[in-house]
Amino acid sequence: MAELRNLTMNFGPQHPAAHGVLRLVLEMDGEVIQKADPHIGLLHRGTEKLAESKPFNQSIGYMDRLDYVSMMCNEHAYVLAIENLLGIRPPERAQYIRVMFDEITRILNHLMWLGAHGLDIGAMTMFLFCFREREDLMDCYEAVSGTRMHATYYRPGGVHRDLPDAMPRYQASRWRSQADADRLNAARAGSLLDFIEDFTRRFPACVDEYETLLTDNRIWKQRTVNIGVVGPERAMQLGFTGPMLRGSGIEWDLRKKQPYEVYAAMDFDIPVGRSGDCYDRYLVRVEEMRQSNRIIRQCVAWLRANPGPIIVEDRKVRAPRREEMKGDMESLIHHFKFMTEGYCVPEGETYAAVEAPKGEFGIYLVSDGANKPYRLKCRAPGFAHLAALSEMVEGHMLADVVAVIGTQDIVFGEIDR
Amino acid sequence: MSAASETLAKELRLVCGERLALHVNVAGEITAEVPTAELLAIAQQLRDAPELKFELLVDVAGVDYLDYGRSEWRTEQASGSGFSRGVDEAAGHTLRGERRYAVVYQLLSLTHNRRVRLRVWCEGEEDPAVDSLTGIWASANWFEREAFDLFGILFRNHPDLRRLLTDYGFIGHPFRKDFPLIGNVEVRYDAELKRVIYEPVTIEARILVPRVIRHDNRYEEALKSAPAGAARG
Repeated sequence: MAELRNLTMNFGPQHPAAHGVLRLVLEMDGEVIQKADPHIGLLHRGTEKLAESKPFNQSIGYMDRLDYVSMMCNEHAYVLAIENLLGIRPPERAQYIRVMFDEITRILNHLMWLGAHGLDIGAMTMFLFCFREREDLMDCYEAVSGTRMHATYYRPGGVHRDLPDAMPRYQASRWRSQADADRLNAARAGSLLDFIEDFTRRFPACVDEYETLLTDNRIWKQRTVNIGVVGPERAMQLGFTGPMLRGSGIEWDLRKKQPYEVYAAMDFDIPVGRSGDCYDRYLVRVEEMRQSNRIIRQCVAWLRANPGPIIVEDRKVRAPRREEMKGDMESLIHHFKFMTEGYCVPEGETYAAVEAPKGEFGIYLVSDGANKPYRLKCRAPGFAHLAALSEMVEGHMLADVVAVIGTQDIVFGEIDR
Repeated sequence: MSAASETLAKELRLVCGERLALHVNVAGEITAEVPTAELLAIAQQLRDAPELKFELLVDVAGVDYLDYGRSEWRTEQASGSGFSRGVDEAAGHTLRGERRYAVVYQLLSLTHNRRVRLRVWCEGEEDPAVDSLTGIWASANWFEREAFDLFGILFRNHPDLRRLLTDYGFIGHPFRKDFPLIGNVEVRYDAELKRVIYEPVTIEARILVPRVIRHDNRYEEALKSAPAGAARG
C-alpha cells in the first residue's frame, strides 16, 4: 500500500484572500486542515519603538496606520491614554464629535469587512455596494480632516478642528458630466452635519439591500453556518473581544459596560450571536451597522444644537490659535516649542481601551515624565483573533480557511504593528 | 482612589494576601506587582476566585526599564557640533531600578466588569525569564511569543516559543532600549547574485529624539495662577 502523508501548503503572503500579508502554513490531509501556522510580521514597522523617540502628538498619525480601516478609533485609544495620564477631559462637544466619528469609522470598517468577506466567498456584488457607501463616509473624513483615510484628527484634549460648515463639491469634468456632478452634489449643498444626516437617512435602506442579498442566501449560508464555531468559554480563553466575542453569545461591549466619552448618554443596543459561527458574526456586524447609524443620528442632533469649544483651553497640551500666532511673538514661540518639543506627561502608566470595530483596541502607555512615551504597547484585537486561527480552522476544508479569515476581520496594519 | 478600585484592592488583598504590592494611578487603575516565583499561583487565583474572576487576558507587554528616567539631552555644556549636541551616546545605559525587564499583563473580568494590571519583574539580566501563563489563559500564547521576539524575555514552559514579528533568521531583540532605532542590517536585491541579501546598515544614526524636558518651570503652579497674559509663552 502506498505511503500516505500530509501535505504542507503555503497560503499567502500574496493570496488575495489573505487580507494583506498573511503567510499561512497549512498542514493538509487531503482537503482537510490538520494544522494552520500563521506567519505574521511581514508588515512589522516597529510603530511602538518609533513612538518612543517622538513627542506624544507626533505619534497620533501612526495610530491611523495601525488598523487602516478603522483609523479614528485607534487614535481615540491613544489620545485617551494620554488624557488619562494628564488628567484632562475634552469638552463635551469634542466628546460628541469623537463618538460620531468613532461610529462613522465603525460603519466604514464593517462595510470594508462585508465587501471583502463577501468577495472572498463568492459574492461579487457586495463589494461594489459597500464601496458605494464607503465613498460617502470617506468624504466625511476628508471634509473634517483633509484626508480620506489617515485623518490624524483627534488630539489629547479634544479634536483638531470644528466640523466644517460646507461640504466640498464635485465639479463637472471630461470624465464627469454636469448632470452626474449635480446628482452627487445634491446632498452636499449644506454643512457636514447635513451631509451626515442625509447619509443616516439613506443608510438603513442600504443595509436592507445587503441583507436581501446575503442573509437568506443559500450559498452564503452554506459557506458560513457552522464554520469556525467558538464557544463562549473558549472565546474568553482565547482573548476574543468585539464582534468575535459577541458572536459567541457573550454580551460585552465597552461602549455599554465601561462607557467612555458620551456613550453613556447614547441609546443603542448590543447585538449578540448564539452559535458562535461565521454566520452569527455576520449578523452581529450587520446589526452593529444599524446601531451605529442610530448613534450617529443622536450625535448629529446634539451637535446641531450645541456649539462650543472642541479642545481644552489649557495651552500646555494644545497649540495656540492661528490668529494669535500671526500677531503675537510669544504665541509664535509657543507654537514652535509645542510642535518640536511637545509637552511633558506626568510619570505613570495607564491602559486605555476603546471598542474599536474589530474588538478591544487598547493602548498601554508608560511615561517616565518626559515629553515622549517611555513605552507604548498597542493591544490589537486582531492579534488575539488571528492567534486562534489554527484552532478555528482545524478539521475544516481549505475553502473554509478563507471564510474564517474573513470572519475574523483581519487587518495586518494592527497585527504586525 | 475611587470606591470601585478600593473594593477591588480589598478583594485582591483578601484572595492573594500580602504577596501583591498594589499601586493605584491617577485614573484609578490598579497595578499589582507580583513576585516572580508566585506568578503562576496568583494568576490561577485571579482567574478562578469567584470574587475576582479575571477570565480574559487582554494583553501582555514586555517593558525594558533600562533608560527609565534618563534624559538623552544634557545641555550643560554646548558642544557646537550640530543638531545632536547634548546627546551623549557614549554615556551608555544606566539601570535605574533593580531589575531591567518586566512583563505587564492586562486582565479583564467580564463578570465583575473591571480591570487589573499585573507586573512581574523578570529573573536574570542577559536571559530574562518568567513562567508562561499559556496554561491559564490560552491567549497568552502569541502575546508571549511577541514579548520573546521583541525583548528576548524567555517564558518557561511555553509550548512554542518562536519568533513572531521579526524576519526569519533575525538576530537581536529590537524593542530593547539598547537596540538602535535604525537597526543593524538592511536588505536589498542583488542583481548579480539574483537574490535578496543582507548588509550592515549604511545610513547613519541620527538623533531623532526631541529635547527631553522633565522639569518645565513654565507650567509651575505659581505661574499658572498668575493673571492671564503673564504666563503666556
